[in-house]
Amino acid sequence: MSDIVIKAEHLGKRYVIGHQTAGGTTFREALVRNVRELWNKTRDLTRGKPIIQGDRQEEVWALKDVGFEIKRGEAVGIIGRNGAGKSTLLKILSRITEPTEGRVTIRGRVASLLEVGTGFHSELTGRENIYLNGTILGMTRDEIRKKFDEIVAFAEVEKYLDTPVKRYSSGMYVRLGFAVAAHRDPDILLVDEVLAVGDAQFYTKCTNKMNEIREKGTTILLVSHNMWLIQTVCERVFLIDEGRILRVGAPFPVIQDYYGLQEQAAEKDSLEEEKAVVIGFAEVRDPNGNPVKETLPDGSLVIAALYQCRQEGFRGHFFLRVTTPDGFPLYTAYSKPRTFTSGRGATETFIPSFSLLEGEYRIWVGVCGLDKEKEKVSERMLKIDVLADPGYPDPKFGKFFNKVIWKDDGVG
Amino acid sequence: MPSLSSRENVLIIEPGRTEKNYWADLWRFRELFIILAWRDLAVRYKQTAIGVLWAVLRPFLTMVVFTVIFGRIAKLPSDGNAPYALLVFAAMLPWSLFANALAEASNSLINNANLIGKIYFPRLIIPLATLVTAFVDFLISLAILLAMMLFYRFTPGWQILLLPAFILLALLASLGPGLWITALNVKYRDFRYVIPFVVQFGLYISPVGFSSAVIPDNWRLIYSLNPMVGVIDGFRWCLLGGNSPLYLPGFLLSLVITAFFLWLGLGRFRKTEKDFADLI
Repeated sequence: MSDIVIKAEHLGKRYVIGHQTAGGTTFREALVRNVRELWNKTRDLTRGKPIIQGDRQEEVWALKDVGFEIKRGEAVGIIGRNGAGKSTLLKILSRITEPTEGRVTIRGRVASLLEVGTGFHSELTGRENIYLNGTILGMTRDEIRKKFDEIVAFAEVEKYLDTPVKRYSSGMYVRLGFAVAAHRDPDILLVDEVLAVGDAQFYTKCTNKMNEIREKGTTILLVSHNMWLIQTVCERVFLIDEGRILRVGAPFPVIQDYYGLQEQAAEKDSLEEEKAVVIGFAEVRDPNGNPVKETLPDGSLVIAALYQCRQEGFRGHFFLRVTTPDGFPLYTAYSKPRTFTSGRGATETFIPSFSLLEGEYRIWVGVCGLDKEKEKVSERMLKIDVLADPGYPDPKFGKFFNKVIWKDDGVG
Repeated sequence: MPSLSSRENVLIIEPGRTEKNYWADLWRFRELFIILAWRDLAVRYKQTAIGVLWAVLRPFLTMVVFTVIFGRIAKLPSDGNAPYALLVFAAMLPWSLFANALAEASNSLINNANLIGKIYFPRLIIPLATLVTAFVDFLISLAILLAMMLFYRFTPGWQILLLPAFILLALLASLGPGLWITALNVKYRDFRYVIPFVVQFGLYISPVGFSSAVIPDNWRLIYSLNPMVGVIDGFRWCLLGGNSPLYLPGFLLSLVITAFFLWLGLGRFRKTEKDFADLI
């Protein structure tokens, strides 16, 4: 009996995308462009081809000549930059879209979780949506009925079972969606970047559940940008770039390669001149090391950055500047002066309390000189949203949150 | 144990691989069909004040208007001694069934774009499930018709026993074009603007407000090219009994046209089904 449950050979997927020719904004040029576009659309319509916006067309291979074998009970992570072809691969494996070439052989029942709560209807209650979503994921009514209590307990929505899900918080919504999918018991589970929302506690619950599923013999394919999750769940990782599998191996070395790719891409961006130090990849994380895009007013954050030094012995500071989206500086912090040695390096900055109230902010992490003007050498911009929290003042009264002590309060 | 079931469960994904067990697959997904139909019904009249009354009000008011305009003002003849209001409502039933089913089926894929992009299942389930909503609205209207028959003290003949066959025919007549248009709609959103027009136009060219007996004899066969002519005549024959004799050549022609559209719609749907997720 073969132990290989997924076998892909020479898999390829081609898309045709349209482009808008740049340039010409005069009336005559616009007219010519529009006429050409209309002509293309009419031609496509009569030939029964899909309409493609834009006046120029290009073929793009989202996947090209991809082959791999996955054994029963393996947990495989798929990582890669945006647009590398990860999601296309999962869509082919879950039969949502057809490959342009190649072939996949799959043994066993496949369940795919490409989105949490697919088909949830906002007007229906939690209870109704469990049945709806479960059926959509391929469970029978009896299976759902048997697992119902487990699902509800896992999602922690007992009290809101008969409330329409449009009244749910985003956390509850995600919990419910994941809970249904996790109780599906397939032979093969395909998961795409779905746990982006939800608090740290729930996150741990999800990874535990995934490990539990895997111990039962289920094969897991997990696409994620969250390297921490990949390392916790997977034993083998595929690195995909530009539609091809670049590397296969144990999580740690492959993840290092992935960061290397990110860095290369960043370097390409900042090749304009020879800088002494270049900040490559940077991201905002929570104290557990998970990348985050949101935080609470006094949330703790870690800013991680990779850099490359090209000038041995360069002296400067790391700096961290927080600004409003339009660039108004709120505060800046500098590291102690340091001497850089050439080659690659990494730095982390811990912010115990972000101290800003609800709103959108930018964090700039970079390197600057020791001179009085603190001349900037290189920087990266990161976005962060601070979420509303009723425990803090309304941001219209001020952007900062600061602890003060009222003398009378304590005496009471 | 998952390993036991997985042996027979080998799936091969290849470009252009036609599904060998498409219809068996469709049957396997019957619970999805039921739940999608149930969802459409459950959601339909949420947050409306008079709820399901909407299903009654529209055909009923149209019937009143038609009875006044065609029966009273234009003084068109009824079939035999059937009351004019019954003549109109007996046609209103299949017409609303057809119009609702066609409109819902045509937009069904676009309305469920999120499902199509994220989950695999035989796509045919989506337009099929929308037929159920139209059918439930139809059943409510049918109850109104029976009440009207009581009111007019009108007794239908034995022909009423054949009504289910004509209900099925009305559903099939809408399914053919519905499948075709919903598949086209995925690629060309132009078609979502076509349906309201077809439905509005069709109400007047189909024999809803008048009996098809008023059409001159030598035009009747051509008139029956509209598949709804056969369906509506069939309904009147069932419900009004001997008052509305069936014009057989026309009825057969309507059957052929319905079958043709069903073949065309199903064929086009199956052919483009695999690309839906990429195009929608």
